[in-house]
Amino acid sequence: MNLLLEISNNALAVTATLTGIGLVFAALLIAKLISPKSYSVKKSEAYECGMPTRGQSMIQFKAGYYIFAILFLIFDVETVFLYPWAVVMRGLGPNGLLCIGIFMFVLIMGLAYAWRKGALKWT
Amino acid sequence: MFNFGIWTSEFNKFLMGFMPEWLAATVECVIIALLVLLTYTVLALFYILYERKLCAWFQCRLGPMRVGKWGVLQVFADMFKILIKELISLKDTDRFLFKLAPYIVITSSVVMLACLPWGRGLQIIDYNIGIFFILAVSSVGVLGILLAGWSSNNKYTLIGAMRSGAQMISYEISLGLAMITIIVLSGTMNINELVWQQESAWFIFRGHIPAIIAFLIYIVAATAETNRGPFDLPEAEHELTAGYHTEYSGIHFGFFYLAEYLNLFIVSGIATLMFLGGWMPLHIPGWDAFNNVMDYIPSVVWFVLKSFFISYVIIWFKWTFPRVRIDQMLSFEWKYLMPLALANLILMAVFVALGWHF
Repeated sequence: MNLLLEISNNALAVTATLTGIGLVFAALLIAKLISPKSYSVKKSEAYECGMPTRGQSMIQFKAGYYIFAILFLIFDVETVFLYPWAVVMRGLGPNGLLCIGIFMFVLIMGLAYAWRKGALKWT
Repeated sequence: MFNFGIWTSEFNKFLMGFMPEWLAATVECVIIALLVLLTYTVLALFYILYERKLCAWFQCRLGPMRVGKWGVLQVFADMFKILIKELISLKDTDRFLFKLAPYIVITSSVVMLACLPWGRGLQIIDYNIGIFFILAVSSVGVLGILLAGWSSNNKYTLIGAMRSGAQMISYEISLGLAMITIIVLSGTMNINELVWQQESAWFIFRGHIPAIIAFLIYIVAATAETNRGPFDLPEAEHELTAGYHTEYSGIHFGFFYLAEYLNLFIVSGIATLMFLGGWMPLHIPGWDAFNNVMDYIPSVVWFVLKSFFISYVIIWFKWTFPRVRIDQMLSFEWKYLMPLALANLILMAVFVALGWHF
């Protein structure tokens, strides 16, 4: 809205998105036109430091990543609730401060519980 | 301060003079898209040279010197070289996701770039929830990285993507909390208003103690968020070759490289916007003569130089600190940084409620 006064923000956001898509598309097109092409069986295999690929690539990885993802979910939703509070905080007065204090206390207890249970430990 | 909005509104009137409204809007959108593209590529090229030169100077080397004066044309040569590299098609990849990943990564960084306030009247997307929008778009970029690692059908990329995902989502919380600390102080999420509120003094001075702590938290979280510095273990080259983009070749790899440097600029730009006054010159209340002199420097120069300074600090981190381990990185975020950010947020709320800020 600021740069050109007549265009809505949504249209500008769509423009920016299309710009990003267009950049990738155009660069890929140019690269496809001017880059060489060759094919061999060995070249199309997964890279594994020069050795032939061993077993499946979809290996098992640590379950710890999931625990952090779940914790992230909790705290990200928390921050989403904090944004509107942060904007109107001055108007709410001491009552708003008390309420958000209780909200944060519950969440910090949640973090403390996860910590105590060893969810934050990387073994 | 010169208002660039005068030019754009004059241009708008000029276009409206001889064409219908929808056509004028379309022409303006095309011009905006071209300008964003130009800025994006110029910034990316500049940042690649900036990082290479700074890295060399930190290590007592000269860096690229052969192509052009002081090696300034090196990046153009590199860009051309990466365009003529072969795009290797792989056997077992998930083709659709493999090709989708660069689109997501690049698009998220372009949209974030379009949100930044470049100067007075030089801002493209200006939502009333601007900062929130930037944060939301930045978390879409994580998806692209996860998809890239997952679809490549390679052990290194899978582990790299998982690490990258865990790291980026973890540090996003501290990043968000540091931003909320400043939103508590300002009471708005609109980028334009955030900049105008810093006319008398930047937020880092207005909020003093909690704002400085928030700034430090932001810089650490931003370093991790861009997969750089001591937190670059998603692409720890001694264990994972190149992390999530191992299987990408040619310009496909170039997209991840570009997005990484652009993200570095964008996090620096957001730090500038939230803490160092955006495009506002350095104003000291009471020093009228000094303030008037500072007003003569154009707003674009202020914004760009401040962002380059923050990027300099982040690049400095990268070439100074040794890489951390993943358990150290995650426990640093969850056990130290995030509780500190929460406590700092409460501190700021108390400061604002009691009126202890400037």
